[in-house]
Amino acid sequence: MVDTQRKLLLGNLACVHGAIYAGMRFFAGYPITPSTEVAEGCSRELPRIGGRFIQMEDEIGSIGAVVGASVSGVKAMTATSGPGYSLMVENIGYAYMTETPCVIINVQRGGPSTGLPTKGSQSDTMQARWGPHGDYTAIAVAPSTVGDTVTETIRAFNLAERFRTPVTILLDEVISHQREMISLPKPGEHQVVDRVKPTASPEEFEPFAHTAGGVSPMPAYGEGYRYVITGLTHDAMGFTTNRPDEIKLKLDKLRNKILNFKSEITKLRIEMMDDAEIAFVSYGSVSRAVLLAVALARKAGVKVGMIQLYTVWPFPDEELRDYLVGCHKVIVPELNMGQVVREVGRILPPDTEIHSLLRYDGEILTPMQLLEKLEEVM
Amino acid sequence: MTTAEKTKAAPRQRSDVILNYLRPKKKFPNVWCAGCGNGIVMSAIVRAIDKLALSKDEVAMVSGIGCSSRMPIYLDFNALHTTHGRALPFATGIKFAQPHMKVIVITGDGDALAIGGNHFIHACRRNIDITAILVNNYIYGMTGGQGSPTTPTAAFSTTTPYGNAEKHFDPCKLAEAAGASYVARATVYHAPQLEKAIMQAVDHRGFSLVEVISNCHTYFGRLNRLGDAVSMLKEYKEKSVTVARAKRMSPEELKDKHVIGTLYEDDKTEFCDEYQKIVDAQMGEK
Amino acid sequence: MTESKAEQKPASEKKGKSKYDYSNGPPPLNINLAWCKACNICIALCPAQVFEPDRDGKPVLARGEDCNQCAICWVHCPDFAITSNYK
Repeated sequence: MVDTQRKLLLGNLACVHGAIYAGMRFFAGYPITPSTEVAEGCSRELPRIGGRFIQMEDEIGSIGAVVGASVSGVKAMTATSGPGYSLMVENIGYAYMTETPCVIINVQRGGPSTGLPTKGSQSDTMQARWGPHGDYTAIAVAPSTVGDTVTETIRAFNLAERFRTPVTILLDEVISHQREMISLPKPGEHQVVDRVKPTASPEEFEPFAHTAGGVSPMPAYGEGYRYVITGLTHDAMGFTTNRPDEIKLKLDKLRNKILNFKSEITKLRIEMMDDAEIAFVSYGSVSRAVLLAVALARKAGVKVGMIQLYTVWPFPDEELRDYLVGCHKVIVPELNMGQVVREVGRILPPDTEIHSLLRYDGEILTPMQLLEKLEEVM
Repeated sequence: MTTAEKTKAAPRQRSDVILNYLRPKKKFPNVWCAGCGNGIVMSAIVRAIDKLALSKDEVAMVSGIGCSSRMPIYLDFNALHTTHGRALPFATGIKFAQPHMKVIVITGDGDALAIGGNHFIHACRRNIDITAILVNNYIYGMTGGQGSPTTPTAAFSTTTPYGNAEKHFDPCKLAEAAGASYVARATVYHAPQLEKAIMQAVDHRGFSLVEVISNCHTYFGRLNRLGDAVSMLKEYKEKSVTVARAKRMSPEELKDKHVIGTLYEDDKTEFCDEYQKIVDAQMGEK
Repeated sequence: MTESKAEQKPASEKKGKSKYDYSNGPPPLNINLAWCKACNICIALCPAQVFEPDRDGKPVLARGEDCNQCAICWVHCPDFAITSNYK
C-alpha cells in the first residue's frame, strides 16, 4: 500500500505544510532569498483551502498585515530572512505588546547586511531573542531537518496561540533549500491549539486581564467584543496607562505568561547523555552533523552525548543544568561567531569547560570537524 | 442603493448620536487640544457610519501614531492603534482576512505620507476596500510641531525655523495617481460636506481617501501666525472652493485654494473581490 | 433629551429670530461643561450668535430663543459637548 503521506519535500515547503496543518490561513510576505519558496508555496496552496496570500510592498507591510489578520481572528504567518526580519522587528514588538499570536519564519543566511544570500547561517539567533526594543520574553524554535520543520511549524503555531505571542522559527538555508523524503502528518496525528475565546459577556470582558493561565482570552472581530488594541502600554481594559503599577503589571505579564509555563515550551532532544562526560549542545541544522559525530565517537568508546535545543528561546536553563550535571566539558557548535555559547556559559557552574566550535565562512560544520574538536578537548 | 439614496432612507439623525458610539468606560473629554479639528472629524465619521446603518461589530477602525490616530480608542468599534505609518498594512490584514469587515483607517499627514508613504501608494494601487481618512494639519502635532510632507514651502515649524525649504505633496493627486478609486477632500469647517464625503468613501467598494484639512492652531497656527482655532476655520471657509467652481478658475487663482468635494471616482474592480474569484475557482476545481 | 416638540408657531408670534418657541419647553441646547474646553468655535460660528462666553470662555445660552437648531454648533464641537433638546 503506497503511503500517500510520503513526500520528497523542500524544506521551505515543509513550513507551508506544517502551517496549514496548524490552521494557518493567511500569509503575507515579501520575496527574499533563501525563504521565497515559502511565499510561493503559500500563494499556490492557500487559495485551494479558502486561505489568503498577499505579497506586500515590503517586510514591514508583511508583518503588519499578518498581525492585522491575526487580530481579526485568522492564524497568520510570514517568512523572511535576516534583512527582512530586521525590518520587521518593530511590528514584532507590537505583537509582543498586544499579545497577538503569529509566526515569523527566519530562513537565516550569512550576515550582516546583504551578506551571503545563498549560504546558511545561525547568526540571527540573538536577534530572535532581542530584535525588538524594550522588555518582553521571546519564543523561538529551531528545526534541524525537513521532517521536523513540519512538526516545529505546527508547534510554533500552537505556542503562538497558547501564549498569545509571536513565535520565530529559526531555519537556515541548509534546511530550507534541501529536499528530503518525509512522512506528512495525518489529520489528527498532532494536536492543534487555538486561542481561548472569552466566556465573559462583552460588557464584563477585560481583553488584557491577568489570568491564572497567564493569557487572556482573545475573541475574533465580529463576535461582539469590540476592544482596544494599542501598542501604548495599557491596562487590563487595553486603555493606555502611565500608572507605574499598571505598567509593571503589563510587563510582568509579558514575561510571566511565558516563564511560568516554560515546561510547555521547552523541547530538547537528548542522545546518549546517560553516562556522558562530554556533551555537545547544538540547535538547528548543525545538530545533524553532531548526531553522526557522537555516534562515531561512541563507537570509539568516547563517553560523549548530544543535547539538541528545539526551543532556543526561552533558553532552557534548568533542563540543561540537570542534563549536564555529569559533564565537565561542553562543546557548542554554531554557524555564527558565538551566540548560544554565551547562554550555555551563563548557566553552567564555573568549573565546567565550555568550548565553542564556530563556522561562519558560509559553509556548514562537518562531522569530521566536530570529531577533531572532540579529540582536541578530551 | 447609491450612497445618496441611503442617506435619504436613513432615519433623521439626533444631535446626540455620537454619545451612543463613544467607548464605554473610556474617560472623556478627549486628549486633543481645545478646538482641535480631530474632534470635528471624529463626530463627522460617527454621523456618517450611523447614517449608513453599519453595525459597530463590523467596523474596524485602525490608526497609526499621531494626534488623529488616538481616535479609535475613543470609539466603540474594533479599535487597532498600530505603529507609526503602518496603519494601512494592518488594515489590509484585517480586510483581506475578514472581507465582511468595514475597515476605516485614521491617519495623519506625517503618518500616511512620510513614514507610511510606501504603504499609502500600495494600498491605493491595490484598490483594497479600505477608507483612509487622512487628517491633514500640515505638521507633526503629537511630537510638537515639526515639518511634515504637506507643510507648505516657506512655512515655519520647529524643524523648519527659517522657513520650509522643501516642496509638499498633494495627497489627493498622489492617491489618484497611485490607483485609489475614490478621492475626496473636505475641511473641518465644512463639517456637513465632510460627513457626506466620509459616507461616500465608506460606502464605496475600493480604496477611498478622504483628505480632511484640519486646524492645528497649537503648532502650525502659532508658528505661522494663523491665529486660533476659529480664525483657522474661517480661513478654510474663505480659501475653499468646490470642485465645480474650481473648474472655472485658472491655476493662478487656484494657487492657495483648497478644492473640496469628490475629486475622483471610478469603479475599477476591488482587490478582495478579485482574489475571492481565484479562491472560488481553486476551491471549485478541487 | 426630551422628545417634546415645540409646535411651529406662526412667524409673526415667535419671540426671537428662531421658528422654534422654547418658552414652555426645555432650553434649545445642553452644554456639557465638563467636556467643553472653551475653544470658542461654537460661540464664533453660531449664525444667530446665541452664545456668550462665561468667565472661563465656555458658552452660555444668552439668546437661546434665537436658536434655529441649525446644528452648526454641535457638528463643529470638537468635544461633543453640545446636544439639542429638539433635534
